[in-house]
Amino acid sequence: MKAKFSLDDDSVVVIVGSGAGGGTLADELTQRGVNVVILEAGKHYTQDDFENDEWAMFSKISWLDKRISAGGWHHTETYPNLPAWIVKGVGGSTMHFSGLALRFLPHDFRTRSTYGAVAGANVLDWPISYEELAPYYDIAERKMGVAGTKASGLPEMPPNNHYKVIAAGAKKLGYKDIGRPVASNTRPNDGRPACQQIGFCMQGCKIGAKWSTLYSEIPRALETGRAELRPQSMVLKIEHDKSGKASGVLYADKDGRQHLQKARVVCVAGNSIESPRLLLNSASSVFSDGLANSSGQVGKNYMNHTTAAAVSIHKGPVYMYRGFDIAAVISDEAQLNPDRGFLGGYHLEGLALHLPFTAAFMKPGGWGREVTSALDQYDHMSCVWVCGEDLAQEENSITLHPTEKDQYGLPIPIVTKTDHTNDAAMRRHGLAQWRKVSEAVGATRVIDMPPYPASHNMGTNRMSANARDGVVNKWGQTHDIKNLFISDGSQFTSSSAANPTLTIVALAVRQAEHIAGAMQRREI
Amino acid sequence: MSTETPRTPMRIVEKRIALSRRGFLKGSGMAALGVSALSTATLMTPARDALAASFKVLGPATGKTLLVLARDIFPHDRISDRYYLQALEPLEAQAAKDDKLKTLLTDGVAALDRLAKERLKKPYADLTKESDRVGLLYVIEHGAFFQKVKGHLVTGFYDNKAVWPLFGYEGSSWEKGGYINRGFDDIDWLGGDA
Repeated sequence: MKAKFSLDDDSVVVIVGSGAGGGTLADELTQRGVNVVILEAGKHYTQDDFENDEWAMFSKISWLDKRISAGGWHHTETYPNLPAWIVKGVGGSTMHFSGLALRFLPHDFRTRSTYGAVAGANVLDWPISYEELAPYYDIAERKMGVAGTKASGLPEMPPNNHYKVIAAGAKKLGYKDIGRPVASNTRPNDGRPACQQIGFCMQGCKIGAKWSTLYSEIPRALETGRAELRPQSMVLKIEHDKSGKASGVLYADKDGRQHLQKARVVCVAGNSIESPRLLLNSASSVFSDGLANSSGQVGKNYMNHTTAAAVSIHKGPVYMYRGFDIAAVISDEAQLNPDRGFLGGYHLEGLALHLPFTAAFMKPGGWGREVTSALDQYDHMSCVWVCGEDLAQEENSITLHPTEKDQYGLPIPIVTKTDHTNDAAMRRHGLAQWRKVSEAVGATRVIDMPPYPASHNMGTNRMSANARDGVVNKWGQTHDIKNLFISDGSQFTSSSAANPTLTIVALAVRQAEHIAGAMQRREI
Repeated sequence: MSTETPRTPMRIVEKRIALSRRGFLKGSGMAALGVSALSTATLMTPARDALAASFKVLGPATGKTLLVLARDIFPHDRISDRYYLQALEPLEAQAAKDDKLKTLLTDGVAALDRLAKERLKKPYADLTKESDRVGLLYVIEHGAFFQKVKGHLVTGFYDNKAVWPLFGYEGSSWEKGGYINRGFDDIDWLGGDA
């Protein structure tokens, strides 16, 4: 049963974006009887469109509208127009999502209290605690089918070669917290099949074993008859009425025709670059600095994790591409331990790259025998991605280009990022530990790689207890406009060392409960 | 209860192109004639000229230089010139439609040859020592010509499905049922570390 809502229907909740945040919200709201219109900028791909081919899928589903990398980070040289590696399509970045579903740690919600004031950073406590979010983490793990968790009841993902070689080194080094909580079915679950160890999890799971809102939350929402999905609908502006409440959104369809969809509530879930960009682009005579920006924090505190990567060449073949893309994940270093010389922690995440991406990311710009002597050993490689806490800094930001416009006529977003000194120390430590893990099982050569474009984008509409410190309250509701919500990772007050998707889903479930209740109570 | 299962050896991907029987016989015939005793450089020269002849837009001379350049940028000794040609073909096709690119490539090759003659008295592709050629590339590596060719090769060479087996990489797997029954967990050399 497909719903169709009129543009003038001002009783609907409009959700901008259909990824981890927007897709989950649509599912949870419709299950609670709320009518929603989902506006998705990208196309509606299906599993038939998925190929086991890194570059083909990169070209097909990535968000490739022009963006500019600025600031002191490596990307200004290596990826000047691709600061972030995210998806434009129904299901959003859950298509590209590696599947790794880690929880934040309790201290991640209290970074200001735990770390104290950090010079050069804008660290703040969340207005919610781990304990408040814990039940929603359970729901998220169940919804996403996270292997090896109590909540999902699904068995662990069986170890592949890549897992085994990393886990063996980690154990020799004395690491204890080695696991692989991934959102992929280890037996048939939720109408989707079990993982067949295909690999290419980040290119869109061909069989739908790995969770994505594309084929779980979105169809479930549509089946209720209370959701309408409009793909290729790029939201240009959120409109407001005289009282300052959000009244609808202006969007461009695939032919560039503009429509105004009225709304009772607007929820923005366009990822941490597009969401603040939309608020900034929605400036009006009343809100001259953009919507919900009385704090001046919209677009600020951009975090994308402190990352690094490396490949190790082993004495025997590994064929890291065989099987689930996430290999062993070492979490011992995610714990707090200031003795290491940095705040926060990191995960060492085994993450397989196929040959084409290994060649592209191992040494961007490199050439000659230094590169090819390593690539000749591709079949002997293991590969890590270091994922560590990135401290909020106000000057790391999403801003609008003063003159350059995109195909929708919107100012191009500039993504400014400069490392904190903490990042450099953490990166060094992570790469050194990875080297030890690899050498413990006899790796003969370890090659450090620069960070690749960030898929984890967070913090640009952050949660805060006080309206002056952030953009949204503990429900993701903007401090300034009560029927305007932020439903993606841009709500994050801190980044933690965990991949953000599980937390985005947990927050969206919790937010849906709140919105449905508040609508029923006529508070919004 | 024993968890021991009979050990099956790791499924190894031979890093070579599977030859047809005809190709195999031809190859062994060459070996029988003692051709393999000749240096690869001698063997490759006429073959390279033959390949260079297929550069219809840029011409065989420029094409030959690009072939040598491509190998110097990403040298894989076990991989024949044929795959470097395949990597360059899309670039030539683009040049056929894009005059600016065609000029960049032809001018770039001419400049490289001028540099080679000035310093080493021979055109780039005729320099037999790899270190001589690479030394010249360090001079031009930040220029637009070198950057264009190198940037193109990252995908042109490594995203060519035909070379994947030579790296032990198997490519698309869903149509074969993934690796669940094809060695996703068959590593056999970890021994006591496992």
